Amino acid sequence: MSTSTVLYDHPGPRARVRNAVLSVVFGVGLAALLWWVYAKFDQAGQWEGDLWKPFTEASTWTQFIWPGLRQTLLAAVTGMVLSLTFGILFAVGRLSDHRWVRIPAGAIVEFFRAVPLLIMIFFIFYGVPFLIQGPVSAFWSVVIGLTLYNGSVLAEAFRAGIRSIPTGQAEAAYAVGMRKSQVMQLILVPQAARAMLPVIVSQLVVLLKDTALGYIVAFPELLQRGVNDLSANRGNVVAAAIVVAMIYIVINSMLTTLANWLDRRTRRRAFRIPKQATAPRDDTTVTEPQG
Amino acid sequence: MHVFADPTNLDAYLSGFLWILKLTGSSAVLALVLGVLLAAFRVSPVPVLRGFGAAWVNIFRNTPLTLIIFFCYFGLFTTLGLTLSDDLDQNNYWLGVVGLSVYTAAFVCEAVRSGINTVPPGQAEAARAIGLTFFQTLRIVVLPQAGRAVVAPLGSVLIALCKNATIVGTIGLIEASSVMKQLINDNGDAVIPIFLVFAGTFAALLIPTGYFFGWLANRLAVKR
Repeated sequence: MSTSTVLYDHPGPRARVRNAVLSVVFGVGLAALLWWVYAKFDQAGQWEGDLWKPFTEASTWTQFIWPGLRQTLLAAVTGMVLSLTFGILFAVGRLSDHRWVRIPAGAIVEFFRAVPLLIMIFFIFYGVPFLIQGPVSAFWSVVIGLTLYNGSVLAEAFRAGIRSIPTGQAEAAYAVGMRKSQVMQLILVPQAARAMLPVIVSQLVVLLKDTALGYIVAFPELLQRGVNDLSANRGNVVAAAIVVAMIYIVINSMLTTLANWLDRRTRRRAFRIPKQATAPRDDTTVTEPQG
Repeated sequence: MHVFADPTNLDAYLSGFLWILKLTGSSAVLALVLGVLLAAFRVSPVPVLRGFGAAWVNIFRNTPLTLIIFFCYFGLFTTLGLTLSDDLDQNNYWLGVVGLSVYTAAFVCEAVRSGINTVPPGQAEAARAIGLTFFQTLRIVVLPQAGRAVVAPLGSVLIALCKNATIVGTIGLIEASSVMKQLINDNGDAVIPIFLVFAGTFAALLIPTGYFFGWLANRLAVKR
């Protein structure tokens, strides 16, 4: 069903009245709820100018929010580059003709998809230093954790993408004398990457949100700097959380819009994934809501 | 494996995973109810409801869960004084459930809404043609068919929820990841076994769950 309007008739006079009444009732209910929240905040003194004033001062932005945002973006970009590499390698590995490549690659992908990111980050941050007898920085704990998890999710996405390419493509490539690796590199992966571009971008949203886990291991990203450290100085945790949440929402909404635009664009372009192949039975999970 | 031979450690391990299961269970029920309701809002004829649903999804889907849980504790509890239980652990648990539910409901809503989109328009048109109202169309005709299509996506949402439950450790609930961190700090000589036990437990819980939902989705799929 492409539009939801098919669910109800074009409203006649009675339906219009009913919808208007429902709008008003719900609107009033919503307004009451918002007012209640407002009153609660007011009671707790959360609208005091002092708590919000820091956000009008340049030093808040230059010392807390911007450095935090930069670390967040740095971790997200590094994590994305590494997880794309990981994803392509393991997708190709899982499609290999050799069982000794296919099975370990599959096991690794399944394992890292099932383990919570926080468990990985804790292991890298607290456990690995015991093993290598030296510290691991919070940045790399977060980035490696993100790479293993998102790389595995992307590997599944790529595998679905590669499998969705019509077999004629690979057959034609073999027919002109290409080797297996050439077929993969020159024919299958580029087409899969293009078809999977929207999925890759929406995974970037997941990855960007997951960098907030860095807060738990004291990595100075946006949540740590902009909410925790700032409110430690100013005592304005609610105000800071709201401002930082808005920053996340704006960035992620832009990325989501980009993903949707790419999705429409790829659909319009020449290469179309056959409908049946887009949803292979075991590849239903492409993007997962992670923290 | 000497670490888990110690009964205190074994108890910590068990109670850690018990918290994870409890968090997952309560949040799954709440998020499912809330998510289906939000999806109904998003396709309803009333603009205010549609706007509310869309706003909820856009706000909570784009905010990191860590920030939401953080806000539940430091915002709702510490600053605004919202106390859900007198027992400290229970209070943290319910604050975690609130955070996980409002976050997951956004994903449930989107899954259900895309499930509604898989139902052919003819079904709803036929329902309207025989005079069913919006709620009847949704309840009797569209949602039962959409429900079969969303089994697999809801399965992934549930799996993600179970993994996300570890984040509640941030606000002081001693769940599995916090237990693992503690055990690693106390037993530097057994880091790998500890990690493998915790990660393995999650894998043992979640990989079969994934296959189960895949199987169920296939079984329930509407043959068209």
